Amino acid sequence: MPKLRMTGRGLWITVLVVPPLAFVALFIVYPILSAFAYAFFDWQGLRRLDFIGLENFHTVLFVEPYRSWTLNAFRNNVIVFFALMVLQNGLGFILAYALWRELPGARFHRVAVFLPVVLSTIIVAYLFKLFYHPLFGVVNISLRSIGLGWLAQPWLGQSSTALWSLIIAQAWHMVGFPTLVFLAGMQRIPGEILDAVRMETESEWVKITKIVWPLVAPSATIVFTLLFVGAFNWFELPYIMAGLDGSPFGSTDVLGLYFYRTAFGNVSAGQQDFGLGSALAVLIFIFIAAIATVITLRLRAREIQL
Amino acid sequence: MSAVAESNYYERRGLLGALGRDGLLQIILIANTIIMLAPIVIMVFSAFKSTSQIFQSPFSIPDFTQVGNFVKIWTETNFVRYLLNSFVVTGASMALILTLGTMAAYAIGRYRFTGSAFILMFFLAGLTLPLKLAIIPLFMLMRDLSILNNQLSLIFVYTAMGLPTTVFIMTGFIRTLPSELEDAARMDGASEARIMWSIMLPLVRPAMVIAGIQNVVPIWNDFFFPLVFIQNDNLKTLPQGLTTFMGEYTTDWGVLFSGLTLSAAPIIIIYIILSKQFIAGMTSGAVK
Repeated sequence: MPKLRMTGRGLWITVLVVPPLAFVALFIVYPILSAFAYAFFDWQGLRRLDFIGLENFHTVLFVEPYRSWTLNAFRNNVIVFFALMVLQNGLGFILAYALWRELPGARFHRVAVFLPVVLSTIIVAYLFKLFYHPLFGVVNISLRSIGLGWLAQPWLGQSSTALWSLIIAQAWHMVGFPTLVFLAGMQRIPGEILDAVRMETESEWVKITKIVWPLVAPSATIVFTLLFVGAFNWFELPYIMAGLDGSPFGSTDVLGLYFYRTAFGNVSAGQQDFGLGSALAVLIFIFIAAIATVITLRLRAREIQL
Repeated sequence: MSAVAESNYYERRGLLGALGRDGLLQIILIANTIIMLAPIVIMVFSAFKSTSQIFQSPFSIPDFTQVGNFVKIWTETNFVRYLLNSFVVTGASMALILTLGTMAAYAIGRYRFTGSAFILMFFLAGLTLPLKLAIIPLFMLMRDLSILNNQLSLIFVYTAMGLPTTVFIMTGFIRTLPSELEDAARMDGASEARIMWSIMLPLVRPAMVIAGIQNVVPIWNDFFFPLVFIQNDNLKTLPQGLTTFMGEYTTDWGVLFSGLTLSAAPIIIIYIILSKQFIAGMTSGAVK
């Protein structure tokens, strides 16, 4: 790097660095720090009242009905995370493995699998909402037309299927992302290693579990962490498909909806509470940060440096 | 057979040599592609049908000259306005992100100065923070700046969100550029600003494309921030406007599907043309 002799170099660097720093400081760092501060105050509408210590945290964690709402939403998030781990990341790994072979048409398949990823979640959510319609949705129409009419049901209207219907829609939307991240990981495996494996074993299973999987560990670390953060921030898709209340009967309620509802209120429950909302935000934030750090560190430990 | 299959596979010839194993993988890929494309095809087909046609034969190929649904959207709804708003907000945000991001990355990547490592860390810290959770203070901040219900609120938040990834990608790239050209220009007495503008910036375009695509897709598609910041129907962006529109036409499925098709069309078309850049850009944060 060149050593600068200009007299005004400090000024020049300042001109370059300060505006972008100001944006990040004002619209990211400051709001996040404030979110922590907000949680310790009592709020009435948009007005901040007294400092009340940990009371907001106590309320959302231990006082009914908040306690069961928090637990219910959290439990649904956990289901969503593990289900997507299989349907999105697991399937993504298999698809990546298939694409890696570069069979005829691989280029086309690669473009197709990523197509839903570029769509807005809002479009995906409405599209699937129409597909799941009990009378006129293509899901039930298809079932009826192949003689499985008894399987047709109000997918989004009953507690037993609503959350899973959302999970399927989400998996369809995003499966292309882990697929292509894994694929990039596989393409970086050096040819010599693969040749050496070919000498040792004929078994596809051994190859996948002992060679490919460990060598794409860096990709796995990233997609697992991103899925975790995404699953616990889930908002748009349930908001459109199930509504702000996580209907029916809270079966699709997740922390994102619950937080938004608590902070900004909704049509039916009305009351907005910035204090409780901030406490929830802080708890979710700490939870995500802590677990994401653990996931990243533990998965990093098994990554192999080539 | 299997030895042949192995060598085909590892030498990446892509021949149908190993029918058994590769056949299975091919079937998986074809089945998956059908699942990926079917919803989009049904959406586009339905956009050209009347509601009763959709209910009776959802899978049939429509008469593509029936554009009544689209005409309805174009003339009877605020759709065009939403589309324009999305262009304005996304365009302004991208211009700011690329300008400011390149400025910061250039300073960090090209000059040695006290605190440059700290500044880079500062940007990187913003990389993983889920900003949705800070929506309450952001809402208050926008209110204090009196830009609630104003597209500036969106542009500012998107710019701030886009900067960390942009600075990250661009700094890495700018550091790899050779310094000979720069030194030569400096010998000739060119100012630092001139060196940056005329000599270095033309070289960083590939990184700008990657950083640009990585940010443009989430910004174009975002729904959360407009939901909180924008109430005025005339200021809504496309994903947010879509919710208004879908609420108004609940029973007219033909119009609903054509609304979805019209909203999806711009990004699908650009994606098909630039699929390679899109895939590289959108996974660049996750691929080392």
